[in-house]
Parts: sequence; structure tokens; C-alpha cells
Amino acid sequence: MASNGIRDRVAIVGMGCTPFGEHWDKSVSDLLVESSQAALNSANVPIDMVDAYWLGTLFSGQSGLTLSRPLKLNYKPVSRLENYCATGSEAFRNACYAVACGAYDVAMAIGVEKLKDSGISGLPSIGAPEDGTRAGLTAPATFSLLAPAYCKKFGVDEGAFKEAMTRIAWKNHKNGALNPRAQFRKEVAKDVIACSPQVAGALGIFDCSGVSDGSAAAVIVRAEDAYKYTDKPLFVKALSFIAGPATGPIDPDYDYTTFPEVVASATDAYAQAGIKDPRAELAMAEVHDCFTPTELVLMEDLGFAQRGTGWKEVLNGTFDLEGELAVNPDGGLKSFGHPIGASGLRMLFEAWLQLRGEAGKRQIASVARGRNLALTHNLGGAPGECVSFVSVVGSARS
Amino acid sequence: MNGIVAYGSYLPYFRLDRKSIGDALAGGGGKGSRTVASYDEDTTSMGVEAARAALRGAPRPAPAAIYFATADPAYLDKTNATAIHAALSLDDSAMAFDMVGSIRSGAGVMRAAIDAGRPTLAVISDIRTGLPGGGDERDGGDAAVAFLLAAGDAQAPVLAEHIASASASAEFLERWRIPGDPASRQWEERFGEHAYVPLADAAITSALKQAGVNAGDLAALIVAGPHGRANKRAQAAVGAKPEAVADDLTGAVGNTGAAHAGLLLADALDRAKAGDLIAVVSLADGCDVTIWRATAALAAHRQKVPVAKQAAAGGKVSYATFLTWRGFLKREPPRRPDPQAPAAPPAFRSEAWKFGFTGSRCQACGTRSLPPARVCMKCHAVDKMTPERMADVPATIATYTVDRLAYSLSPPVVVGVLDFEGGGRFTCELTDVDPKAVKIGDRVELTFRRPMTAHGVHNYFWKARPIQGA
Repeated sequence: MASNGIRDRVAIVGMGCTPFGEHWDKSVSDLLVESSQAALNSANVPIDMVDAYWLGTLFSGQSGLTLSRPLKLNYKPVSRLENYCATGSEAFRNACYAVACGAYDVAMAIGVEKLKDSGISGLPSIGAPEDGTRAGLTAPATFSLLAPAYCKKFGVDEGAFKEAMTRIAWKNHKNGALNPRAQFRKEVAKDVIACSPQVAGALGIFDCSGVSDGSAAAVIVRAEDAYKYTDKPLFVKALSFIAGPATGPIDPDYDYTTFPEVVASATDAYAQAGIKDPRAELAMAEVHDCFTPTELVLMEDLGFAQRGTGWKEVLNGTFDLEGELAVNPDGGLKSFGHPIGASGLRMLFEAWLQLRGEAGKRQIASVARGRNLALTHNLGGAPGECVSFVSVVGSARS
Repeated sequence: MNGIVAYGSYLPYFRLDRKSIGDALAGGGGKGSRTVASYDEDTTSMGVEAARAALRGAPRPAPAAIYFATADPAYLDKTNATAIHAALSLDDSAMAFDMVGSIRSGAGVMRAAIDAGRPTLAVISDIRTGLPGGGDERDGGDAAVAFLLAAGDAQAPVLAEHIASASASAEFLERWRIPGDPASRQWEERFGEHAYVPLADAAITSALKQAGVNAGDLAALIVAGPHGRANKRAQAAVGAKPEAVADDLTGAVGNTGAAHAGLLLADALDRAKAGDLIAVVSLADGCDVTIWRATAALAAHRQKVPVAKQAAAGGKVSYATFLTWRGFLKREPPRRPDPQAPAAPPAFRSEAWKFGFTGSRCQACGTRSLPPARVCMKCHAVDKMTPERMADVPATIATYTVDRLAYSLSPPVVVGVLDFEGGGRFTCELTDVDPKAVKIGDRVELTFRRPMTAHGVHNYFWKARPIQGA
């Protein structure tokens, strides 16, 4: 009984990502055509060479036909997956395993979401018929529970915590402003963020990620074949996915200052990748900043900051683009946007650009100094009841 | 004959200042305030609260039947008393019947419970309003009341003995409403007075004669009915001592329709001394009179929070919000998904949880689970659970949030993470609460509510509110 991982057994040899945002003129099919074509072109792989597909989408289509129909695939296997906000990462994980086990030579992981067609704020509701006893909290409300709990546990002034939340939004907008694919491409002043209309608890509008449309894709091959396709592949070092028992909301021992699922998936991923000190070894991390307190807590759960100090590290700029460990250099969910099924692959796309030295104005300096590992992290659900995904990819095969 | 062995009343938290009606409509209004059922209440949920107040505390005989009366039923065709039955976690063998639609049904369930020959819970609940600016809106009130009637024993003694009852029935068009109409209609006021007064004379005379007492012997005289002038005439005609005439609570509560005679009786029982004779006169499509005598057991078994204290508590609601809640002011909804109606089979399967707030306790390690679970979250024992009703267990707010995005008729939605006394955690909406006043560590109690109605289905479940009468 062990989580053995597939370190250095598969590699990403091509990626594509559409701009995220309000694509009033593009359908789900259009977005899938664009991201898959971009990934295939980047890998120099004709579509008939792809043996199998894993499609991640939460709301925007069911079954493999959602992909095979627009791409006119020639009778290929297409799995459609959903795992809340980790959907795109889950498509990637399963495609990697299929290649690692030898079932296929070339696989594509592709994620898509079209949220803006629903006409409502936030996410559409889904779900099986219920008995009507679940508290109807919105997503921002569930994540807003982190703020007062954290302040109480660590004796942090609520004003200082709000300042740290604001700085996370400010940083991610600043990074997104440098990203031509981001939904929100402009810097936002801290006082505008801090005074934005209240949504839930201490969260204002600017503490929430963008609701958007978009798609991203990756082409995956066996590691030994990687250099046939590109001279700068990314090797998969670790893949960890955890579904918690969802007991936080019913367990008096849960204190709303951590995501135990994230701690478990990070521990597993670091063991697979052989990482001892993530803050010193990683060049960058793309983390699930669905709401600003989430990113703050993740800094501690992922081992980037000591318990109770994440807020200070945020305020000190540790996770800025030029900081010790760049977090969400592409703008994150906050400013790049969050088309659910695409987000996990979008994070990998930033790792792809950064570790290959192709991130332009937002290129992280530590890559040139030899840091060659990147982490991506997704979570789906709510504090105390979520799924968490952590991957580590690197530009060198050890 | 059954006597009263327990009673409880429920006044909703909100109060509408009558002056605010006049301010908004440039005229009308009046003095005092009326009670207002919140957006998440209906006559069924308020009936549950009154029944819980009646059954709380000392040992009571388990009701073998519930008779539920209201002029404003939440459902037609479907029985409403079954929801009350489920919320009280009564045994399946207990009967649950509605007697709904008319104001007189309140007097009907009391009389039926007296004659029932088995422990019977009479629950009466009403929500009263009328068209904006009218007298029914101004003078109405919302309330529920419950009486447990039984033969009485040493454990649950009779608090008020039934001494006599008399009725007079007649068919006349005084106040009426077609089902679905938002307001009642009423004939010219003087006609009702003409029709009611002789009926009241006949029934009161008969009841006093049966009881073998004189009007002057009455310690309390209660006259309730939808027709204010007829009530006053009937009351004066009885000839009771002036001090026996009870305050009719119209100043602070309003006329609570079907529930009003019962509410005034509960108020009288809150104060009555042993041996006091209480006459309850209900004038609705006739006249129903009951005479009760308080026993020596009453003083030790009154309801926990008296009617007067409930009437004096509460918080204000604006006239615009009141109109919104009653459906007279249609407001712009947020751009959010439509609320989903509960589905019948899942609700059926989880009746004990949804209506009775019954969780489970692991026999292996003692951990409480809300909702009930088959696998223990702590020790992972499988199918080692026993059911445990948690509806009456107080809780503390572990943390909370104010959700300004969630759809509600009364935004913002306040949600609390509750830790229950003796173990167990559940996250649910807080109600009857000022979002600015909520604090971690506040003590709360559960209250049965109707959080929403979607696609013609009422969703009933529990919320938490600051502990009342604390």
C-alpha cells in the first residue's frame, strides 16, 4: 500500500491555452478547437497521432462526445471527467497515468468551461435531487469562514488580515496585467480592492476570482520519447489527488484555518518528487486562489510559510513575482479567470512557459538561476469538505 | 373530558410599527405594533414552535393526536399537521389532522381536543394581513399557540379543568375569502354586530348555566373574534367584573385570527391563580364558549416564556420589508440560480433528520453526527449508530459569516457553524438575528422554519436563533 507516483515517466511536450474571459462570440466547441490546435502545434503532433483524450469540464458538456464532435476525432477514446474545481487537473492526471502504464503513446488532457452563457453571477447550481437540508451558502461565503477563524487562532488583527487579503488580490492583478491571456489585464489599486462592495464576510468583489470562459490543453508522451517532440519538455515529477472525508462542517475539531486535504496532497506530492523544502526548491507555484483568504491559507498548507505566518509573508512580498517564491505569476484565478474545467491545465500552461523561459515580461528570474521545478495546485469544494490536487513538473529529468 | 396539561405560545420575532404604514402611505397607520411572521415562517412552522413551547421541559404524556387549525394553511390537499407531527418526532401511531380555512377552526380544535378521550395536542396558528393600507393589515397579528389536553396524572397534572362549553352556530356572510385571494372581504361592520350579539348571548348564558356560576365569579373573561365591535358588545353584555376583562393584546400583537382566543387563554394561564375561573368566548361564524378552572398545579407548570414577555421582545421590521414578505411588493431578484425545490423521495427518506433534526450517535465511540451517518467520522465504525434527536439541544456559534450574494427575501443570509452541547457540529442559517450583532461564542437554539418555497413546494428545515427568554 503506497502512493508510488510516476516520477519522470511521462512528459508534457506541447500545450495550448486560449485567452480566458467573456467569449461571447465563441462556443464550447470553438474553445476546444483552439486550445487543442494550439497544443498540437506546440508539440508538432498531427491530431491522428494522439491515441486518447481526457476532457475535463464541470458544466459545459457531458461525455466524450463534447470533444470528439467538434474535433471530428477518428474513433478515439475520450473520457470526460469532473472533480469540482480540480477538474482540469484530474484530466491531466488520468492522461498521465494512461501513458505511464503503456496503454497509449500519446495522450491529450484538455479542459474547458463556459460559465458566461448562464447569465448569472458565480456558478450555476447543479446536483442531484436533495432533501433541502443543506445550508445554501455561496462559494465566497464558505471560504469567508477562513478569515475570522484564522485571526482568532493566531491572534491576528482582522485589519491586518484584510490587508494581506488585499495584497494577494493586488499582486495577482499586477501579475495578470502582464499576461495577454488573462481576463483582467490591469493593475488595481489597493484601496479600490479594500473598499470593493462586500460579498460575504470580509470578502469584497475583488477578493473573488473571475467568472470566465476558456480552455487549455496538454500533449503527454512517455518521458523517453519527449525529446523527439521538443527540446524543452516538462517532466511530470508528482501527481497527487485527495478527496477528504468532508467532515469539517460536522466535526467540532475542525477549526477552519487549514485544508487538511491540501496538506495531505502536498505531502504526497513532495514525497513523490523528492522535495524537502518547497520554498527553496520551487521556481514558482500556481495555487487555487479562488478567494484571497484561500491563497493565504494555502501558503501554509503547501509548506511555503510556517503556521500563523502566511499573512506576514504575504505582506512582506515573499510570494510576489520578484519575491522569494513567485505564487500565481500568471495572475491566478483572480485575474487570469476561472473557467473551472480549464483552470488546472491553465496553471500547468504557466509552468510550461516559465520553466521554458517563455513567459516574457513576467519571466521569473530564479529559473535562469537554475530553479527548474514548478508546482500547481487545485482545490474544489469548501473548507473542511474539499478535493485537492498537487502536481510538480520540472524541466530536467533526474 | 380532557383538561389542559401543558400549553405554549409563539409570537414571531418581528414587529411592525403601525405608524410606519401611515408614514409610507401618507395616511392611516395607527398606534402600537403588530407581530409579523418572518419570511421563513408559515402557519405550520409557527405551529411547531408553539407545540415545542408546550411540550418543553417536564414529562408530558405523548400526544396520541395532533389537531391543527389555521385560516392560512401552507398547503391544501396535503395535511399540514403531519409536518408538525414529524417536527415533534411523535410516534407514527399518533394521528395528525388539519381543521383549516376558517377562523372558527381554532375553537374547533380546542373543543375536539377536550372531547378526544386521549392525550391530544391542539395547535392553532395564523398569519393575518390584508391589502396595503387596510384595517386587516394594521390590526392583524401573527401567532401560534398549542395546548396539550389529557386526563392528567401525577406526572402531568391538569393545569386547567374544563368546566363547561357551549356553542351557537349560524350561517351569515360577515367575513370571507376565496381560496388564493390575498385579502379577506367583510360586510358592512354594523351588520356583523347585529348578527353576533344574540349568538354570543345565547352561548354565554348556556355555558354559565352549565358551569353553575355567575358572570361575577369569573376571574378572567376573554372575548376574541375577527369583529372588534361585536367583541366589545359581547364582552359588555356578560356582566363580568371590570378587572376580569383581559387585555386583548391588539396594541402590541394585533388580532391573530384563529389563534387569538388561544393566545389570550395562554396569557391568562401565565397569570391565573388556583381556582380562577376563565371564560373564553370566541366569536367567529357563531359563538363558542369554554369555561376553565385553574388548578393548584398551574403555578409550577406554566410555559417557560410568558405571552407578555414574548410580546415585549422582538425586533422591528420596515413596512417595505413586511410588504415584500407578504408578496405585495415584488422585488428584483439577484442574478443567481433559481432556488431548487426539495425532491419528495429524498425528503421522505430523511424525515427524521429534516423534520425532527435527529442525528446519530456512534455506539462504538460516542461521536455525534449531524446529519445521521452510517460510518462514524472518528472511529469509522459501520452501522453502529443510534438515532439522537438534537432539535432541543442548545449550541454555541463556533464561527459564522454574512453571505450577501445568496438569495433571500431578507438579505443578507447569516450562516453559523454551530457546536452543540454534548458534541456535534452543524452549519445552518441563523434567523431572527441582527447580522452586526452576531459573535463567535453566542448561544443559540434551533427553530423550525420554512427557508424557501420553490416550484410550489415548501422547504421546511431548522435554523438557529439567539436563545429566547434567556
